[in-house]
Amino acid sequence: MRLVVDLNRCQGYAQCAFLAPEAFTMHGDEALMYDPQPDDAQRGNVLRAAQACPVKAITVEGMNGAPAAEKAGASHVG
Amino acid sequence: MSVDGSLDRLRREGHIVIVGASLAGLRAAETLRDEGFTGALTIVGDEPHEPYDRPPLSKQVLLGRVPADHTTLPRRREVDAQWRLGVAATGLDMAAKRVHLADGAAVEYDRLLITTGVRARPWPHELEADLDGVFVLRTSDDAAGLHHRLSAGPRRVLVIGAGFTGSEIASACRERGLDVTVAERGSAPLVGALGGVVGEVAATLQREAGVDLRCGIMVTGLEGDSAGRLRRAHLSDGSSVEVEVAVVCLGATRNTEWLASSGLGAGPRGIACDAGCRAFDVRGIVTDDVFVAGDVARSPHPLFGYQFLSLEHWGNAVEQAETAAHNMISSSTDRRPHVWTPSFWSAQFGMNIKSVGVPPMADEIIVTQGSLAERRFTAVYGYQGRVIAAVTFDQAKWLEFYQQQIERAAPFPPEFTTVDRRPEGMHPVPAGFPDPSLPSHGPTVTLSGHSPSDRRISFTPLSA
Repeated sequence: MRLVVDLNRCQGYAQCAFLAPEAFTMHGDEALMYDPQPDDAQRGNVLRAAQACPVKAITVEGMNGAPAAEKAGASHVG
Repeated sequence: MSVDGSLDRLRREGHIVIVGASLAGLRAAETLRDEGFTGALTIVGDEPHEPYDRPPLSKQVLLGRVPADHTTLPRRREVDAQWRLGVAATGLDMAAKRVHLADGAAVEYDRLLITTGVRARPWPHELEADLDGVFVLRTSDDAAGLHHRLSAGPRRVLVIGAGFTGSEIASACRERGLDVTVAERGSAPLVGALGGVVGEVAATLQREAGVDLRCGIMVTGLEGDSAGRLRRAHLSDGSSVEVEVAVVCLGATRNTEWLASSGLGAGPRGIACDAGCRAFDVRGIVTDDVFVAGDVARSPHPLFGYQFLSLEHWGNAVEQAETAAHNMISSSTDRRPHVWTPSFWSAQFGMNIKSVGVPPMADEIIVTQGSLAERRFTAVYGYQGRVIAAVTFDQAKWLEFYQQQIERAAPFPPEFTTVDRRPEGMHPVPAGFPDPSLPSHGPTVTLSGHSPSDRRISFTPLSA
């Protein structure tokens, strides 16, 4: 699974680091470090973390019922 | 196919080409589909990879926590595009509405979006740049190569240039237990972006973390052994450092060479566009069908004296791409201006550094919360009596408030009392930005200031 965090929005509330510690960790008091491609086994935790984020900074592929990834390679020509 | 005069037809069956398959290109493609564009979409990218995220490359990836090829960006939705990855665009024929590609093919468009971004400025001496052990850090492949080399445990790493990328690399090296020397031409790390007052805090952080930080110094040469491996760097103070790895962090160059003979207003400083993201041609006339977004764009900003700002910021790439995509398929009265307030972040030496506004425009700075000595503070930047920017070290929660102050052109120094008014009182001091009219190499004439009242011509003779 793929995710990205908008670190302009992130204010270091650390809710994600509590709910999905495999994917999100605090680096120092406030900086967030995340795994942009956590294992699929983490999906439940990661989705809970994304939903709990007070500033909605976490985008997870396939969240909100959006279709899962289409692969760029699949339609790659030339 | 021509769809001139028919917006509906463009939206239904037009052909949109996006050149540049990174963050801005992907988010633009998603926005086009979100807004109902059902025509053909082609995305051209010179790298062979799917759009990926760059900020983790100098942090998580160098620390070995995330493999370099694991930063592929999540998709917000399907984009149903034809991807031409690993193929650079080599030319643009605006009259024929055609983009030429490196493999000899050409793609015709009704609307074109240019999101070709920037690349790392290489070490200027080619033979030295080719030495084994000399790196830049911009792409996923760069990060993979540098991480691999750091994992081999070099005796010392040299970081050339202490901007954000250089400082983050130095931080990762120290965290990995590697000896690192940082050579910075300015008086302190981050001085060009955040000024001398905050730069001094950054210098303290680096030294406390064990970085051999050398400011006011230039690297004059890189020396290899007989096998072509980097062994030594020579510095402008006559000293030298034994190093096995050097990372060149001297900023970025805009990817506009492919537009050189196109007639588009593109050059080393980017592609100028209007607030609606429409590119200017070389005559200064705005185009109707060529749009730009992201790091390669320069657009006027009403909050900052309508200066053409060129922003290498993650958030700018996203927002400008969304605005450009919307405007590409909208009638003129439905178009939106790109008026994003500049914001960025950096994580280094365990510190969360965030900025809003345009600090380098400032003449004065005041610490309104926390203190420099505690390395936990909010600094507000003033320009001609108004708040122009704010920077936080581990105090990100305050930034939104200051963004509102900037957007309201609130007076500087701030008139409100803050929750932790310092016993030493609050007084603005000079922000300590380097004078842009002072070049660092050789004698030259420079012209500075963007508005007629600010214009200044200076001659600077050769200095020692």
